Amino acid sequence: MPTVWIPSLAQRSTGAPEKVYIPQGSLRQIIRNLEELHPGLWNEIMDQDEDRIKPELAVAIDGETNHFGLIQQIEETSEIHFIPAISGGS
Amino acid sequence: MTSTSSKKNKYSVIGTSPIRHDALGRVTGKAKYGVDLRLTGMLFGKTLRSPHAHARIIKIDTSKAEAHPGVRAVITTKDMPIVKDEVADFGETMANYRLLAELCLANDKVLYKGHAVAVVAADNIHIAEEALSLIEVEYEVLPSVLTVQESMKEGAPLLHEQLTTRAVAARFTRGTDTGVQSNVASRILIEGGDVEAAFATSDVVVEREFNTKMVHQGYIEPHNETAFWAPDGHLTIWTSTQGAFGVRTQISKTLGLSESHVKVVPMEVGGGFGGKIRSYMGPTAALLSKKTGRPVKIVMNRKEVFESSGPTSGSNMRAKIGATKDGKITAAQVYLAYEAGAYPGSPVGAGASTCLSPYNLQNFSIEGLDVVVNKPQVSAYRAPGSPAAALAVETVIDEVAEKLGMDPIDFRLKNATKEGDRQVSGVVFPRIGCVEVEEAIKNSDHYNSPLEGKNKGRGTAMGWWFNGGNASTAMVTVNSDGTVGLVTGSVDLAGTRTALSMQVAEVLGITPEEIYPSVGDTDSIGWTGPSGGSRTTFSTGIAAIQATNIIIDEMKKRAALLWETQPEDISFVNSTFISSKNSNDKFSFKELAGKLMGTGGPLSASSTSNPTQVGSAFGGHICDVEVDTDTGKVTVLRYTALQDVGQAAHKAYCESQVQGGAVQGIGWALNEEYYYTNDGTMANSTFLDYRMPTALDLPMIDTILVEVPSPGHPFGIRGVGEVPIVPPLAAVANAIADAIGVRLTELPMNPASILAALKNKK
Repeated sequence: MPTVWIPSLAQRSTGAPEKVYIPQGSLRQIIRNLEELHPGLWNEIMDQDEDRIKPELAVAIDGETNHFGLIQQIEETSEIHFIPAISGGS
Repeated sequence: MTSTSSKKNKYSVIGTSPIRHDALGRVTGKAKYGVDLRLTGMLFGKTLRSPHAHARIIKIDTSKAEAHPGVRAVITTKDMPIVKDEVADFGETMANYRLLAELCLANDKVLYKGHAVAVVAADNIHIAEEALSLIEVEYEVLPSVLTVQESMKEGAPLLHEQLTTRAVAARFTRGTDTGVQSNVASRILIEGGDVEAAFATSDVVVEREFNTKMVHQGYIEPHNETAFWAPDGHLTIWTSTQGAFGVRTQISKTLGLSESHVKVVPMEVGGGFGGKIRSYMGPTAALLSKKTGRPVKIVMNRKEVFESSGPTSGSNMRAKIGATKDGKITAAQVYLAYEAGAYPGSPVGAGASTCLSPYNLQNFSIEGLDVVVNKPQVSAYRAPGSPAAALAVETVIDEVAEKLGMDPIDFRLKNATKEGDRQVSGVVFPRIGCVEVEEAIKNSDHYNSPLEGKNKGRGTAMGWWFNGGNASTAMVTVNSDGTVGLVTGSVDLAGTRTALSMQVAEVLGITPEEIYPSVGDTDSIGWTGPSGGSRTTFSTGIAAIQATNIIIDEMKKRAALLWETQPEDISFVNSTFISSKNSNDKFSFKELAGKLMGTGGPLSASSTSNPTQVGSAFGGHICDVEVDTDTGKVTVLRYTALQDVGQAAHKAYCESQVQGGAVQGIGWALNEEYYYTNDGTMANSTFLDYRMPTALDLPMIDTILVEVPSPGHPFGIRGVGEVPIVPPLAAVANAIADAIGVRLTELPMNPASILAALKNKK
């Protein structure tokens, strides 16, 4: 099953462990399943006004940038990380 | 200068150093910068700025200014549309458009000295300046906070009454909302393992606190924007920007326009380093143009650039690192509180995510706070957030090695991160060059040369930066003489037109001089992210390669028509199309380019890249200094900057980027600071007083390019521009500690700081 890494503060606020194993599917399905297991994670990840991941967040799947947002299909062996979006300067 | 590359070049164009396409225009003054723009009927704008660091605006009376001869229009916040409170991604930078609008014109409060309050358009700049003195503003002056420590004190004046730790520009990793008003905009926490237990097993633990000051990118060319709002409702902005598409989005959101009604024309840029991603005057120039029906140009002076654009954060930091006596790091704990300036958005997330990357750690804790203060809102600055955090970590790493009696590079090598190790975020590192850089330091002439003499010292430090990906568009056209046009959406900050041309030339087997590159405006090329995040040569290069490959495929079809065969039977090798069916059927690229009009017509192709696998990069610096213990002056005797640049695209560019980053970092370490008086006035907002290093201050910076190819680029190219500013702060600090036996933990390490440290030592 895909592995979702839960950021430290979200672990504290929802009681989720560092890693959660969720059946494969779209990223949206995976976040929904995360919410069922650990209520509060949906609000931590999703924009409250629009149907999208918070713009401050970057989602890395197997260490690579995700350009398909919530419709990204996650493979059986994939790792998902939610990390702060980073701006560059040069 | 010594310059060394670590491997033999297998390419014919990539890895060489051709003269940049824009060189002649730059050196002869023919290059067109924003200030060179002259439009018929153009007016000149000037901004009235707050004299207070924190004040409520009670009343603004512009009547006298409006009546002044030659004044054509005056605007204040009441002329600005109401902007939705929306955080959005416009390139590599996150922004809240409402707050960006408030940067252009203050709403009910001014939050820093230099905050825009009103803008005048007049027949010439002198009339505009005179008119500013006729605008009457009544303020209720409020107490201000200038450091993160002051800002976080209980009872500190609040900049934003509605701000709690999760109320404005909230971030995913913020702290729990206590409902208590606060100047702390967000909190991040990155943890792994058990830090406390690991410290308990350590033989050596070092902990230190650090403070750094706000510093500026120091670009020579000031911000400039010219707007013309045409009667048909279409707005054109000419500006010095790192990203035309980001400016288009910001201006359209701020003014409530469709993006299709805004065209942004990027002019030549005289330095950006991250500070020219957002627009400070585009919306106000546009509103003045709308009011007057004429083009309006606004140019900042140097004082405005310092006081009213986006420098990078000052900080308060702590780093604690433990190790066993055999040199294995047990745990690391880092605390970073970064000044955001007047609005949330410091680069503390990047500082937290990067500072421990050179080390493979199991136990770590990094806490980061984004804190608003009464200073200009910070913007991106070359590896934003990373250099300050690296100062804290790399200084403590050096001290741990010292206490263990280990060579600092041996200590780093023993704990170095490698391919397959996890970053603190949990993301697995792909192919990286941390070990290769550290081994190159060990093997370098500089590191192996003795440094003798009193008050001389050597310091080393490492640094890492993610590097950016993001989308880019490129269009390639074939001319009948075999030359090639290349249009991209990437603003050229540092010669990228040539670095991109080289990639096209390599694919086509022609010379870079036969490529004619240009930068398109937002109406003439597809969406392209800003030239930031060290991404342009990497990501736009991929788009250019992809478009060139389409050209080759199309030309195979043309050759197939002429040779009455199939495109699959034609190969392209060494700039020659060859038929596998008849060995006599050969066309050079140039020959076939001359036959396009008779085989279906002209040929062009465009492509957009959006790479997912970006090659991050490590750098390591060696610094030798001599400290004059009578005056406190630090002289940099020798400096070598090593960096994994992937496959070097343009070798001389790579070297100059590494040198430039090192020099900026040395200036940050030794001299540069926003020097504030107690009332929130920046006292040194000129280049005379804001002391950046010049060629007279420093030795030539030696470079060693370590080339570990990036798996995410066809030629193995990595971003180069940002990494080299990460290590210098700590490398200089460690060298000073080695020279005088005192560790300085506050920047800048100027003569006064050195003398104070020496006095305390005694």
